[in-house]
Amino acid sequence: MRHSTPVLNRRMLGVAAACVLAFGSSLTPAFAATPKDTVVVAWAIDDIITMDPGEAFEISAGEIMGNSYDRLVRYDVNDPSKLVADVATKWAVSADGKTYSFELRPGAKFASGNALTAEDVVYSLQRAVLLDKTPAFILTQFGFTKENVKDKIKQTGPLTLTMETDKAYAPTFVYNCLTANVASILDKKLVMSKEVNGDLGYGWLKTNYAGSGALKLREWRANEIVALERNDNYYGDKSKPARVIYRHIKEAATQRLLLEKGDVDIARNLQPQDLAALASNKDIKTTATPKGTVYYFSLNQKNPNLAKPEVREALKWLVDYSAIGDTLIKNIGVVHQNFLPVGLLGASTERPYKLDVDKAKALLAKAGLPNGFKVTIDMRTVQPVQGITENFQQTAKRAGIDVEILPGDGKQTLTKYRARTHDIYIGQWGADYWDPHTNADTFVRNPDNTDAAKSKPLAWRNAWDIPELTKKADAAVLERDANKRKVMYDEMQSDFRKTSPFVMLFQQTEVAAMRSDVQGLKIGPTSDSTYMHKVTK
Amino acid sequence: MLVLNPAVQAQTAPQSGARLRRVLWRVGKFLMVIVLTYLGLLAVTFFIGRVIPIDPVLAVVGDRAPEHVVARVREEMGLNKPLWHQFYIYLDKVAQGDFGTSVLTSNPVMTDIRRTFPATIELATLGILIGAGLGVPLGVWAAVRRGGWVDQLVRVMGLIGYSVPIFWLGLMGLVLFYAKLGWVGGPGRIDVTYEFSVTLESGFLLLDTARQGQWDAFRNVLSHLILPASLLGYFSLAYISRMTRSFMLHELSQEYVVAARAKGLSEARIIWRHALRNAMVPLVTVIALSYAGLLEGSVLTETVFAWPGLGLYITNSLQNADMNAVLGGTIIVGSVFIGLNLLSDLLYQWLDPRTRAP
Repeated sequence: MRHSTPVLNRRMLGVAAACVLAFGSSLTPAFAATPKDTVVVAWAIDDIITMDPGEAFEISAGEIMGNSYDRLVRYDVNDPSKLVADVATKWAVSADGKTYSFELRPGAKFASGNALTAEDVVYSLQRAVLLDKTPAFILTQFGFTKENVKDKIKQTGPLTLTMETDKAYAPTFVYNCLTANVASILDKKLVMSKEVNGDLGYGWLKTNYAGSGALKLREWRANEIVALERNDNYYGDKSKPARVIYRHIKEAATQRLLLEKGDVDIARNLQPQDLAALASNKDIKTTATPKGTVYYFSLNQKNPNLAKPEVREALKWLVDYSAIGDTLIKNIGVVHQNFLPVGLLGASTERPYKLDVDKAKALLAKAGLPNGFKVTIDMRTVQPVQGITENFQQTAKRAGIDVEILPGDGKQTLTKYRARTHDIYIGQWGADYWDPHTNADTFVRNPDNTDAAKSKPLAWRNAWDIPELTKKADAAVLERDANKRKVMYDEMQSDFRKTSPFVMLFQQTEVAAMRSDVQGLKIGPTSDSTYMHKVTK
Repeated sequence: MLVLNPAVQAQTAPQSGARLRRVLWRVGKFLMVIVLTYLGLLAVTFFIGRVIPIDPVLAVVGDRAPEHVVARVREEMGLNKPLWHQFYIYLDKVAQGDFGTSVLTSNPVMTDIRRTFPATIELATLGILIGAGLGVPLGVWAAVRRGGWVDQLVRVMGLIGYSVPIFWLGLMGLVLFYAKLGWVGGPGRIDVTYEFSVTLESGFLLLDTARQGQWDAFRNVLSHLILPASLLGYFSLAYISRMTRSFMLHELSQEYVVAARAKGLSEARIIWRHALRNAMVPLVTVIALSYAGLLEGSVLTETVFAWPGLGLYITNSLQNADMNAVLGGTIIVGSVFIGLNLLSDLLYQWLDPRTRAP
């Protein structure tokens, strides 16, 4: 059906075109770079569930806490084995190794203007123990309980306090734990003024701020934005930027566009291909730091095949470490075969394993499985985990092992892993605090392998019953000589490499890409030691 | 379809008692349907949420919590109770207006929805305006000039709309219009520069900036909105134009069109006043449902454009088994569908007198 009469007349079209043009030109925004005094960071910050240091244990929350709350001591980001003063200027341990005393710097203030005294420190540590949220174990492992904490952590003067542990632990261990977020110092007066029904201000602090750090929290809108502002009451060098804004950008490609365009100064979640593409862009530079996070395959010892020592070893020879290192984790990780990440006291860099199919076949034959076997692996559908798993599926096949991949969402695979109903699991583990015990506690300690166990470390999740190694790990936290302690961890790592059901893969390197005018950004080894208040542009 | 009859209320005939009863019966039936719909919606969502193999405690305490903390939180969340009991407790609270707190954001669920839903509404409304505003005329044109270049264009656009992933198209749009040409704003709702100068009142940034007289910020918001809205608009346009075309073809082959032509009416009048008016009847449902689809929140678009909307909120909550948030979101999405269905029914009656009950 054709008609000669114009259906849309010329005038209508003209008006429409004029509208589109007018609309288009008025939209063209003036593309200024980000404000000079504001550092804008693109980062996936949807993991944050609380702003209370007594509860926060997520990666992005860690960085916010590290910038906005002070603690007694910190470690030196350039040499994490060294302690540096924060609010405490002096610290000492008694001859019996159980009583720690601290002296605070005079004149320190909270962002609210309230004075920071020993009363606040004692309150904050006690509060973390009393609330008993996830990170509280970092403190309660020294024998503090809800019942005894008021006697064990005491104020001894306006600026002095003591802390009494139940055993004579390695002092490095105790101090290292006090650098963690959970030991952040809260403004007691402010928090208690918001207390409701004896909740120690828990309800209020989830979305508010009561600290004394170089930056203070202005606003957190979940899955959207975190805004920090300079705290003019900070005792030390004032924050260089007046504002630091974290924008929640989940998609790496989107982060890259924003960075290239100059709408963000720093992008934190770029993928290897983005980093490769940005390498030739002279407006962009990168900085990288090895993190305390290791990736691994773990083999559930409830599976009769995987429980055979020869099979455990064979699988360690069936990973193509060099291919993974050169491609899948290029720029974002380094092949690593030990449970302690480099940077922690006593971490080993031994790398005995490489891809050797013949050796693996011989071991499988010795285990009575010359034709291989079938096994499943639970995998999160994210990179580089997915690529590594698929690569392993290929190499394992060459030794006759038929690996079936069960893909899933993060929380889904984790739920299964925690119930130890998996065969193989590909996972990652980040240090909870900056001491080797954090990883020893989970990889080589399993005090009770029964289903009803009170503590369920990674060794438990893989049903690896190790009374001997557990004893060694327990002894290492009590060794007060740092050199001897180091040797003990070295021995544990050596045993672990040979016998464990963990195929260690790599240690994560965190890379941040930034505009070339950004100065002073150093990614810290832990989540709470990337200091945005030192960044200029 | 739910059919309401507002015309009935206007009557003042002698049998008004019987009419009133009939109206009450209709309203009662309608309310009953609404309540049952919500109840069914909540029950299905609740039980699906509880059978997915994700431990809700994980979202609260994370992977590192000691066992006693896990056990305590499980108890506090009421997860040890039987499923029906948990559902009863939830319904009881909802009846009192308490939709619970999201474990991911620490906010009451309705506070979160008040924050995320306006972002989605703003995007979806502009999207559907573009989609229907261009899709209907294009569809009409394609039907009138069947086999002509507009018809081919509509066909190709439809094909691309159905076959190209929105995710990819969004990213390409950003690369071209934002990164290369600089015509539009980037991902997010507003530039960081304006982030703290605008006070959020309604949550609709266009409204808020206009009311506060911040025209620079208004333009900035619009520049951020236009690309994702065009993208959503394009996808609904692809659908709406195809549907319009086929409805119009049907109408144009009817006898009344021939009669109108015989009477010597202008072709434009026949097409726009007569044929389209009749085609509008089924088209209203198509447009309303497209709009409802957009209001659910387009997860992929929201991800690419870092748009803090309802779709992302619900998806993220579901992945963490944050059931209060998922259920709250479901109620909203359900209400949108019920509301738009109702609206399209009313429009139906307005457009087509035959559907009005006596």
